[in-house]
Amino acid sequence: MSATTLPLSFTTNPSPARWLRFDPDRTVHVAVGKVEIGQGIVTALAQIAAEELDVTLDAIRILSGDTDAAPDEGSTTSSLSIEVGGTSLRLIAAEVRARMLDRLAQRLNCAPGDITVTDGAFFRGTEPTGQDYWSLAPEVDLARAADGGATPKPVAAYRIVGQSVPRRDLPAKLGAGAFIHDMVRPDLLHARILRQPSRGARLAALDEAAIRRAAGGEIRIVRRGNFVAFLSADETIAQRAGAAAPAHARWENLRALTPAQQEAAWLIGQPADDRVIGDPLPAAAGEVVEARYSRPYIAHASIAPSCALAESRGGHLSVWSHTQGVYPLRNGLAKVLARPVETISVHHAQGAGCYGHNGADDAALDAALIAQEVPDHCIRVQWRREEEFGYEPLGSAMAITLRAVVNAEGLPIDWTAEVWSGSHVQRPAMGGNMLAHEALEVPAPDPRPTDPTEAAGGGGTRNAIPHYEIPARRVLHHLVPGAPVRTSALRGLGAVANVFALEGFMDELAARAGADPVAYRLSLLANRPRAAAVIARAGAMAGWAGRGPGGSGRGLGIGFAQYKNRSAYAAVVAEVEVDQEVRLKRVWCAADAGLVVNPDGARNQLEGGILQAASFALKEQITFDATGVSSVDWASYPILRFTEVPEIACELIEAKEERSLGVGECTLGPTAAAIGNAVAHALGARIRDMPLTRERIAAVLLGG
Amino acid sequence: MSITLHVNGRAALVAADPTTPLLDVLRNTLDLKGSRYGCGLEQCGSCMVLVDGEPVYACSREVGTVAGKRIETVESLADHPLRQAFLDEQAGQCGYCLSGILISAKALLDRTPRPTRAQIVAALDKHLCRCGTQSRIIRAVERAGAHMAEGASR
Repeated sequence: MSATTLPLSFTTNPSPARWLRFDPDRTVHVAVGKVEIGQGIVTALAQIAAEELDVTLDAIRILSGDTDAAPDEGSTTSSLSIEVGGTSLRLIAAEVRARMLDRLAQRLNCAPGDITVTDGAFFRGTEPTGQDYWSLAPEVDLARAADGGATPKPVAAYRIVGQSVPRRDLPAKLGAGAFIHDMVRPDLLHARILRQPSRGARLAALDEAAIRRAAGGEIRIVRRGNFVAFLSADETIAQRAGAAAPAHARWENLRALTPAQQEAAWLIGQPADDRVIGDPLPAAAGEVVEARYSRPYIAHASIAPSCALAESRGGHLSVWSHTQGVYPLRNGLAKVLARPVETISVHHAQGAGCYGHNGADDAALDAALIAQEVPDHCIRVQWRREEEFGYEPLGSAMAITLRAVVNAEGLPIDWTAEVWSGSHVQRPAMGGNMLAHEALEVPAPDPRPTDPTEAAGGGGTRNAIPHYEIPARRVLHHLVPGAPVRTSALRGLGAVANVFALEGFMDELAARAGADPVAYRLSLLANRPRAAAVIARAGAMAGWAGRGPGGSGRGLGIGFAQYKNRSAYAAVVAEVEVDQEVRLKRVWCAADAGLVVNPDGARNQLEGGILQAASFALKEQITFDATGVSSVDWASYPILRFTEVPEIACELIEAKEERSLGVGECTLGPTAAAIGNAVAHALGARIRDMPLTRERIAAVLLGG
Repeated sequence: MSITLHVNGRAALVAADPTTPLLDVLRNTLDLKGSRYGCGLEQCGSCMVLVDGEPVYACSREVGTVAGKRIETVESLADHPLRQAFLDEQAGQCGYCLSGILISAKALLDRTPRPTRAQIVAALDKHLCRCGTQSRIIRAVERAGAHMAEGASR
């Protein structure tokens, strides 16, 4: 592999000693920077390491996410943990294996190629050498930087990668103690926070006596500017204080929200950073077809509230967090707390699924701030449910106008997606603020909303350019920096709304051309065989050929995307029944993710993406009122329930000679689109705004 | 005040204000961390435990109301066929919702040894899973039911 194509995790951490160590109990200690957020990454990385070293899977012990003891792999985002983290670990393990074999070959006066490895032991031909990784390790320098020159095993020799091995994290999760919420440390104090309702708000009065009465026991109150925390060794007391506090606080300089701002349409006409991506204007001349689609603000809506632990002892600050990136969090904490990064350690501990940038980092800053004020205690912050919904960064609303110039055959020859959106990434390292920083005596400067670059897959523009063969394609991107709420990365970023829109529009164009939606798509993918293959396969799985006429109340719809136009391919077909509301009956999915490390784990991710996108498409919308986000519980922010879950069938297309592609986000856009198209087929009329609610169906039926 | 709780077959005398949520007593006094806090609003099911065999939300049930009653938490299911069935089906992603779901599934199987899919779905509908693992969870409960029926008929 040439230096220019070496993955980032490798080039940032080229010393194998940073990743691998052979421990005396005949295990291999593997340290990685990508973390478990429910996606099963730790299991897949263990498979990669065991495969490349030729040790048993059980011999691999993984430590993930630790600024003291694991490599810096940035954040666990963008479905890159297998593509970047896995590829890096494979190269490192190949290097370690090569160095070991070189050393042994020197000793035995043979060629490294004469030596084979079985379960970590070295053989010369079939003869045991009496040596293994553990006996040889003291003689081999693993600290020296690797250059990526070692050749990994050929795929044909794989015996662990490509197998569906059970997840390592699941047994603990069926019992007690698997989560950060369950950690107990000496001198523990529970903390709850009074949140600043909006940036710039000033706490004019706080009735501490009333809060102490409500707490029903001794509490300590820690205040830093407009940041207030309530501490108790008894969690029930701390929780009561936190729950009572908002009613006993008077704020000034509040920024009210209005229900009009909760709609995507509000973004249109706001001041924006405008740019054109793709083929330049003007568009080709010809007949123009146009439609506008939208998605509202949505929540990560983790099942667990955000949680963090922090303790300051002897001048060192230790933080435990379910963050997606321990190193970026450490940098963020160092900046806010104005102390050197060396005085901070951040350790990853598992939380509930986050699906992107939720309150994890914010809770870590909360805990760190309190720990600085109250040293020699372990401060455990847990957010309240209303706090999680009310203050986590949201997935931005998006309005998308699509314009196609069509030729005589009804095929698009020029495609423009005009996208209005807030930012899709405002992590602390990328222009955003951690929440409590805005409440301090010297508050954080206003955030500077940006979006991921196109090279990183874009944010609001993600998947706005269709994968189809259309002569000219472009995006007019309006990034609205003044979105009324804090927005940041939520699974799929802009791809969910963009694919919902573009695949809905493809169906509209197909109908206009009198073509079948699948055949129409395939006609635009003549030179894109992997895309065509997943569409054809999903269609076959669903019995697409027997799809009846529209308007019957039963619908079949398809959606397709290659995530980020460079990662995994997924086609999804949805079957719905619609009367007053949508009942999602069945979903079929075909995906091509190249070399799949753990097929069952990958299918689990595909299925999870399908159900989460079904929830987005059918149910989810954040609401605002004057006090801020007003959908602050599961009643006002309903998500998909067990009784609403469809039957699902997922197939992975065999492509193990192709490089691995991350699967965590690839089904979301196609699923939202498939449901939108199935509903349009069922109704004989189209709803272009997510979510596809009872009210919107009624409006279409009455309007139709 | 002192309250006697019968948790997972053992009696425990705990000193607690009777209005304390049962969940806090289980987690922080008895160190049974398998029952999880999700919302405190009886809306997500992460905290579900059995009280005299019935699923209840431990987040909002005051400990004083369950004195002397039989309480079961996920810790009591270590050898239950449900556990193996969830492993066999790989029915989990982040896993935070699972302990509460295991409790409701256990209550269902106690009542209805071979539940239909519709019965499983109805029994679990009070639980939220944000990762979208529901299909696997339903299969796992079906599998546990089948396994137990097999064992019973032998």
